[in-house]
Amino acid sequence: MFPSGQTLPERLEERGVSRRTFVSFCGVMAATLALPAAYRTKIAEALSSVTRPVLIWRQFQDCAGNSESILRSPHPEVAEIVLETLAWNYHELIMAGSGEQAEAMSTQAVRDLKGKYIAVIEGAIPSGDGYCTIGGRSAVDIARDVVGNAAATLAVGACAWDGGLVQHGPTEGQGVQDVVPGANVVNLGGCPHNSANTVAVLVHYLTFGQMPALDQYNRPLFAYGDLIHDQCERRAYYDAGLFVEAWGDEGHRKGYCLYKMGCKGPAATYNCPNVRWNGGTSWPVEAGHNCIGCASPEFWSTMSPFYGRLPNVEGFGADTTAETLGLAVVGATTVAMAAHGVGKAIHSRTVRAHDSSAPAGPEPPPPGSAPTDTVTDSAPTASGGEPPATGGEPPATGGEPPATGGEPAP
Amino acid sequence: MTRIKIDPVTRIEGHLRIEAEVTGGKVSEAWASGTMFRGIEKIVEGRDAREAWIWAQRICGVCTTVHAIASVRAVEDAVGATPPPNAELVRNLIAGSQLVHDHVIHFYHLHALDWVDVVSALKANPAKASSLAQSISDYPLSSTAYFQGVLTRLKTLADSGQLSLFASGYWGHPAYQLTAEENLIAVAHYLDALEWQRDVIRIHAVLGGKNPHPQTFVVGGMATPLDPNSPQAINEERITFLRSLLKTMRTFVEQVYLPDVLLVASAYPEWTKIGGGTRNFLTYGGYGKGSVADTASYLFPRGIIRDLDLTRVLPMDQAKITEQVARSWYTYPQGNQAALHPYKGETDANYTGPKPPYQWLNTGDKYSWLKAPRYDGQVMEVGPLARALVAYAAGVPAVKQSVDATLKKLGVAPAALYSTLGRVAARALESEIVMSQLEGWLDELDRNMNAGDLRIADTAKWDPSSWPSSARGFGPHEVPRGSLGHWVEISDGTISRYQAVVPTTWNASPRDAQGQPGPYEQALVGTPVADPSRPLELLRTVHSFDPCLACAVHVLDAEDGGQRTTVSVDTG
Repeated sequence: MFPSGQTLPERLEERGVSRRTFVSFCGVMAATLALPAAYRTKIAEALSSVTRPVLIWRQFQDCAGNSESILRSPHPEVAEIVLETLAWNYHELIMAGSGEQAEAMSTQAVRDLKGKYIAVIEGAIPSGDGYCTIGGRSAVDIARDVVGNAAATLAVGACAWDGGLVQHGPTEGQGVQDVVPGANVVNLGGCPHNSANTVAVLVHYLTFGQMPALDQYNRPLFAYGDLIHDQCERRAYYDAGLFVEAWGDEGHRKGYCLYKMGCKGPAATYNCPNVRWNGGTSWPVEAGHNCIGCASPEFWSTMSPFYGRLPNVEGFGADTTAETLGLAVVGATTVAMAAHGVGKAIHSRTVRAHDSSAPAGPEPPPPGSAPTDTVTDSAPTASGGEPPATGGEPPATGGEPPATGGEPAP
Repeated sequence: MTRIKIDPVTRIEGHLRIEAEVTGGKVSEAWASGTMFRGIEKIVEGRDAREAWIWAQRICGVCTTVHAIASVRAVEDAVGATPPPNAELVRNLIAGSQLVHDHVIHFYHLHALDWVDVVSALKANPAKASSLAQSISDYPLSSTAYFQGVLTRLKTLADSGQLSLFASGYWGHPAYQLTAEENLIAVAHYLDALEWQRDVIRIHAVLGGKNPHPQTFVVGGMATPLDPNSPQAINEERITFLRSLLKTMRTFVEQVYLPDVLLVASAYPEWTKIGGGTRNFLTYGGYGKGSVADTASYLFPRGIIRDLDLTRVLPMDQAKITEQVARSWYTYPQGNQAALHPYKGETDANYTGPKPPYQWLNTGDKYSWLKAPRYDGQVMEVGPLARALVAYAAGVPAVKQSVDATLKKLGVAPAALYSTLGRVAARALESEIVMSQLEGWLDELDRNMNAGDLRIADTAKWDPSSWPSSARGFGPHEVPRGSLGHWVEISDGTISRYQAVVPTTWNASPRDAQGQPGPYEQALVGTPVADPSRPLELLRTVHSFDPCLACAVHVLDAEDGGQRTTVSVDTG
C-alpha cells in the first residue's frame, strides 16, 4: 500500500486514467506474456496493492539506446504505470542529481535493500582498469555490487546480455551473466531491447514475485520463443515464391518477401512482428528493410553479413517447405555459431518453433538441448534465484506463475 | 581554493566527469574527462561496406540515426552512389524530426532540472499557474484543473517518501530562481513532453521501422518503397499519418517548448553573461534540397567563425581538422605532440590514469578517453550555437529574423548568445526553423509520388562489384549536438579504414599539446558556485552543450591491413 493510502488505480483515476483503461492495460500485459486472459485480473490486483520496489538502472559500456527504448515505452499509460509502481531511484540518463548525490542512491539500495530491489543493466562490462569508471569506481566493481545484491536483474540489450558489439573490441566487454556468475539474470536481447517485452517482464515479476518462463539463454520464452519468419506478414509471399530483387522494385513496393535481400527472419527468433515498435506502429520488415536478427545470440557475428542471403539452401524455392528451409538454415547458423564458440541451442529452439502441433502448457526440453538447468518452463527462474523480496514489502502476491510454454501471444 | 568533482554528470548520454578548482566562489580552472571507452576497432574491418551504417549507428542510441546517415553518406561518396531526391527527402524527414525530438527531450528531461525546482512546485497555486500559462501560450492544457492534477500527482509522489528519479536533486539550492507557479508549469510540461516524445517518434517507426536505431537506410537510398496504391509502401495513408504526427510535433514546439525557453531565459538573465568559453565556432552546414554535395542549397551554411567576429564567415576545409592525444589516454607512434588528420589518425589505447577506485584524476597529465580535435590548431565549439552564429553572420533570412526577434523579446544584444543560455536559445530557434521545413519535405515527397516518381534508391551501385577497387569518402552531417563527420576507405568492396569525428569530442575535448583547454573547460571558467557540495551551476553550463559521451569516445575504426592493433576513438 502506498503511504498516501491510495492504490495505483485510484491514483491513475485521479489523473483521468479510468479503471477500465487500467484493466485493459493489464489485459495487454497478459497477452504479451502469453498468459490466459483470466490473468488480467490477477495482474490488476498485484499492481493495485504492490508497494513500490526500488529499481536501479545502471549503464556501463552502452549507447543509451536501451534507455531511450524504455522512454518510448508503448501504450499511453504504461510508462506511468510502471514508473509509479516502481521507485526508479538510479538512472544516469534521466535522474535529477549528479555526482555524489547520484551515487548515494545506488549505494543506499545495495546497503539497505539487499535482495529487495530490481537491477537493470545496460551496456557491456570491461574487466580492464580504466575502461569504464563511474564516480571513480570500475564498472566491474559496481556491477558485482548492484547485481550481486539485487532480488533480480534484467540485462537489457545485446551488450548487457553477451557483450554485444563491444565484446569484439579491445576492451572485450562482457555481459552481466559472465561478470556476475550465478546472479539471477533475465536477458532481454535486441538492439535495443523492445520495451514492450521489458515492461511485461516487470509486470510479471510484480504480479507473481518471479520471472516468467525462460529459455536456455535466460530469455523470456514469450518474447524469444518463435521464429520471426513464422510470424511475418510477408510470409505468404515467401511461400508463393515472390521476392524483392532490388530496393524500390515492384516487388518491394508490393511488400514481397525480403529473403533475397538478406533477411535473417528465417534464422532468428523474437516477437518483433507481433509487438512491433513504438506502440505497435511498425517494425523493420514492414518498413521495407530486412531483419538483421538483433535479438539472436552474438548476432553481430552470427548474423552479419546483414545483406548476405542466408546460406544457399539446396533445393530452395517456392516449393520448399518452411520446415526444410528452417532445418537447413539452422544447420548453417549453427556452424557459424560454433565457429564463435557460442549458441549451443538455437538449433533445438528453431526446430521447436516449427512444431506447430506442440501442445500448450509446459513443454518438454527441446531435443538435444543442454540439461534442464538451462531450460525452465515454469518458475523459479533459470538461475535458481529465490523468489525476491524476502521479508518486508514483497511485491509477490502469491499465486503460481502459469506454465506458459512457448506459444505466441494470441 | 576548493577542488570539486562531479562524477557522474547525469542527464547526459554516457559517462562524463568534471573536476574544477573553485576560487572566491567561482570556477578558476576546469577539466572534462570521458571515463568510458569501447574502442570497437577492427570489427568493421573486412566487412561489407554496405552494412557500415548498421554498426556505426550503435555509436549512440540517444542521437540515434545520426551516425547511420553520416556513414551511409560516406560510403555513397566513396562508391559514387547517388540517392534519388525521394530518398534525400525521407532522410531529411528522419533527420529533421530527430533533431527537433532530441532538442525537446534535451530541454525538458536533460536540462530543465538545472533551472526548475521540482519541490518548490509543491507550493504552487494552480489557479495562478493557469493564468500565467495562459498569458504566455495558447497551449490548451492550461486550466486550473490541469495544474491541480499535476500538483496532486507530485504531492502523492512526495508524500510517499519515494521521489524516484527526482530523489537525488538539488532542491532548495539558492541558484533556483523560478517562482513556485513557474516551476509547476515546467514540471507539468516535463511530464507532457514524456508523452509527446513517445508519440511523435512514430515518424521514425513509419519511415525507419523502429526507434531507437531505425533500420531502413541503404547505400544508394532508402529501403522504404513508395507507392500511393500499395498498402505495403509509403502511401497516402502513411503520408496522412506522418502529417498528423508533424502537426503534433509542431504544436508542442510552438506552444510549449519555445514559450518555456523564454520563460526560463527571462528568469535567469545573468546566464546570458556566463558560460561563453571559446570564441571559435565551426559547422559543416546541412539540410539541403538535394545531395550532400549541393552545399549551396543548405539551410544551415557551412563555415567558421573566429574570435566571435560575426562580420565574417570563413570557409571550412575538412583537411585542416586534426586530433591530438597529448592529454588523452592514447599514444601516437609519431609522438605525444603530433596532430593527425582523421585519415591518418591512429590511436593506441593506453590507460595511465589512477587505478579505480580513485578520488582524483591526475589532470596534470593524461586524463580523458576523448581526443582533442582542433581546426587549424584552434579549439572550436560545434552545435546549435555554432550553426546559429554562422547562419546569422551569413545573413540567412530565417535565422536572422528568428534570432533578432528572440533577442528583442529578451531585451539583450547578440553578444548574449555567447553564453550558457545562448546555447539553450539557439537549440530552440533551430527547432522552430527545422520544424518549418519538415512539412514542406513531406509535401514534396507526396507530390513526387503522385506524379509517378517512385524512385527511392540508386541500385546501380548496390552490387560491390560495380565499385572501384579502392575508394574513400567523407560523410558530413549536422546533428543535434553539432558537426559529425565519418570518413571511410573501401578496398574490394570491404572496409579497410573507418573514422568518425563526433560533436562531443570537439566540445568536451581535454587540453591539447599546447595546453589549450577544450570548449567545456573554457566555458566553465568564471561560473559561480554557491555551494561546492552541490555544484548545480556547473551542470547548467555543461548541460547547455548537451553532452553525448558515448559518441565522443566511440568506437569504430578499422585500420588497414590488420597489422596494427590500433584503436581509434577518435575523434569524435
